[in-house]
Amino acid sequence: MAMRPIATTRAMTGIPTGRLAVWWVIASEIVIFGGLLGSYIMHRLVNPQWANYAIHTNTWAGAFNTLVLLTSSLSAVLAHHAATHGDGKKAARYLWFTMAGGGIFIVVKAFEWTHEIQLGYTITANAFWAFYYTAAGLHALHVIAGVVIMGIISVDCLKNQELHRVELIGNYWHFVDLVWIFLFPLLYIAK
Amino acid sequence: MSDDHGPAHYIRIWAILVALLVVSVIGPMFEIQVVTLITAFGIACVKAYMVAANFMHLKTEKTLAVYMLVTCLVFMFLFFAGTAPDVMKTEGTNWDKPALRAMIAAGLAEGADHH
Repeated sequence: MAMRPIATTRAMTGIPTGRLAVWWVIASEIVIFGGLLGSYIMHRLVNPQWANYAIHTNTWAGAFNTLVLLTSSLSAVLAHHAATHGDGKKAARYLWFTMAGGGIFIVVKAFEWTHEIQLGYTITANAFWAFYYTAAGLHALHVIAGVVIMGIISVDCLKNQELHRVELIGNYWHFVDLVWIFLFPLLYIAK
Repeated sequence: MSDDHGPAHYIRIWAILVALLVVSVIGPMFEIQVVTLITAFGIACVKAYMVAANFMHLKTEKTLAVYMLVTCLVFMFLFFAGTAPDVMKTEGTNWDKPALRAMIAAGLAEGADHH
């Protein structure tokens, strides 16, 4: 059978195939997180007693994790910049830095949750904690997925192969950061 | 997508984001509702825009990608507008949510006991 060329750019949109696919992923994630956070907001507004539960979330831990994710977004975009200039090794180093940020985020989250669960604030305690663990947990799963994918991409980067993927995982990572930017005030600041 | 920004630009954006984070943490400490809304949620919107425009390069991306994302945002608001009027009321014409009212009262009483 004759070899057929692989479409690397969609003629209709003018956007490279991989990047377009990531935009679709992010668009669907907006609906997932948007629905979840929208539900949280409407319930929070009708349940003034949730403020009494929210005072138990650790603002400083949330702020520290926001700083960690913002910094990891910086390293992700610097990895993209290095990849654009064909420097795979530098891109891999920045990706590892970003992965470290994701790791720190999860460790802080683990300490936070352990403390909260020990105090009896479990996912079944009430609707506030159910939303808290669902939203933060779904976000944490995205962080873990991002770290794993970044690890795989960084291996190719070391060989200076498939460097366009650095931008793709970068865009996903920035979205994960963006979701946290809204989760932080909703779960940690509004008390 | 053209990437015409250097590392200095990205570091500048990151520094602004960190400064905004500091403001969003300090603002609510004044315990004034309007200040909290602006510093926590207003700033979250600004930070989200800065990340999307600069780190995700949506400023220079093809408009179609922006339309895709905005369409999903609009659907999110439609979902909110369609369900919130019901969820956010405890009673209406010929209907009532006694369980929710009882839960709110119990939660507020529990909070008062703790204070």
